[in-house]
Amino acid sequence: MSHRFDIVVDGRPVAATGDWTLAAALLNAGIVRFRTSVTGEARAPLCGMGSCFECRVRVNGVAHQRACLLLCEEGMIVETET
Amino acid sequence: MNGADPVATTAVYDVAVVGGGPAGLAAAACAAEHGARVVAIDQGARPGGQVWRHAHRDHLPALGREWIERCERSGARWLAGAAVVDGSARDGLVVVQRAESFLVRARHIVIATGARELFLPFPGWTLPNVLGLGGAKALLDAGMTVFGRRVVVAGSGPLVFAVAATMARAGAHVAAVAEQAPRSRVARFAAGLLRHPGKMLQGARYRAAFARTRFRPGTWISRAEGNGRLERVVLTNGERTWTEPCDLLCCSYGLVPNTDLARLLGCTVTDGVVNVDEHQRTSDPSIYCAGEPTGVAGDAAALVEGEIAGRCAADDATLRNGSPLYVARDRWRRFTTDLAAAFHPRGELLERPDASTVLCRCEDVRCGGIDPRWTGRQAKLYTRVGMGPCQGAVCGPACQLLFGFAPGFTRPPLAAPPLAALLPDLPDWANL
Repeated sequence: MSHRFDIVVDGRPVAATGDWTLAAALLNAGIVRFRTSVTGEARAPLCGMGSCFECRVRVNGVAHQRACLLLCEEGMIVETET
Repeated sequence: MNGADPVATTAVYDVAVVGGGPAGLAAAACAAEHGARVVAIDQGARPGGQVWRHAHRDHLPALGREWIERCERSGARWLAGAAVVDGSARDGLVVVQRAESFLVRARHIVIATGARELFLPFPGWTLPNVLGLGGAKALLDAGMTVFGRRVVVAGSGPLVFAVAATMARAGAHVAAVAEQAPRSRVARFAAGLLRHPGKMLQGARYRAAFARTRFRPGTWISRAEGNGRLERVVLTNGERTWTEPCDLLCCSYGLVPNTDLARLLGCTVTDGVVNVDEHQRTSDPSIYCAGEPTGVAGDAAALVEGEIAGRCAADDATLRNGSPLYVARDRWRRFTTDLAAAFHPRGELLERPDASTVLCRCEDVRCGGIDPRWTGRQAKLYTRVGMGPCQGAVCGPACQLLFGFAPGFTRPPLAAPPLAALLPDLPDWANL
């Protein structure tokens, strides 16, 4: 089992490991609104491999990062796009 | 494989491989083993593509581990987390890696961009916890836990079996497994697997893993429902319709070859598939293509084609027509036809969903917003369908199948790069 740490998502701690993608960590924490669609719907990962862009979140201040393509790193600060 | 030092933009490689799945790994390893200077450009954080996506190398099947290690030993340069966004100017491939962009120059290119899933919209498919089949597999491999969750697996093709098995092994309660293809087509496909004993065995192992759940051919998703997240799906077999409570739905209808880069580089693409000759060479003699972009046939075909493409791109003169590699490739190619014959979407799935169903998830264009008399171009201009961040990767194939739109033209950038990657000296406020 690899080293566990917390990342910060919308100001709250979320469990992660360096082996998990950010999308997996958020889903494991029960987060289902990764972003809000242009008509206000909650959206979450669909394709899991970088092509659908539904899982985009703000990571360390950089907007529109695909959570399914990023591995969790210690100190990561994530904001869902609401 | 060393991506730590900056890429010398003045260097000219012999071979640039785009994509790090089975085809890309085989192409990069084999080209490098035959003396070529090779660079591989892959979107993933780790090599392996979708099939061999892994959180930990110990979790990989032996074949995947062998190819990844072979590629590492080969001396091929590996660029992880990197995307090719352009190459149309012919002076090199424009690569974006994190917030940087640079040019990769190479004498030969091997396109090994794999495939993505075919999604057909149904009411409720935008609810959180509705995933693609490959998407579910990718997220599981990336650390998602499903222990104790109630899962419905639906859609079409071998991935239905694979994902049902993977979910059951991961401790999920597999509530229903639905394959849209009628029983007769599935039976014919299964009989054809006698020619591929390895695949047959794999299928049997998958079935054993979800043995407690009935496999229902001729069954498809009518709609998904829930308040802010998935709570149940409505399944139908055309005669009977019933509700299955669940908190995760995995559904897609097969694979669509990723041909964008090939189109952008000017290679001939016919019926959604990159044209290649017996040496995997495209209509442009300096560009090769291997794996799913030449027709969906799975990882075994991709490995053989990658090896041929890599060796030909490295000018390996020992490779000739009639070599065992070519024979193996031709055998796997026939699998493409078997897959298409068995798992093409049934007529009911090609009827347009009701007006309120989202078609384009990026721009929230609903099916009712599209006038079927429009051309694809008109639909884009009037509604922005397919013009969001995914650039039609998800809704494009659905638009073709449901509305008869012609495939859109391809133009750079292939993926939306961060502005800072194109203009490095932006002030902070411009970091959108």
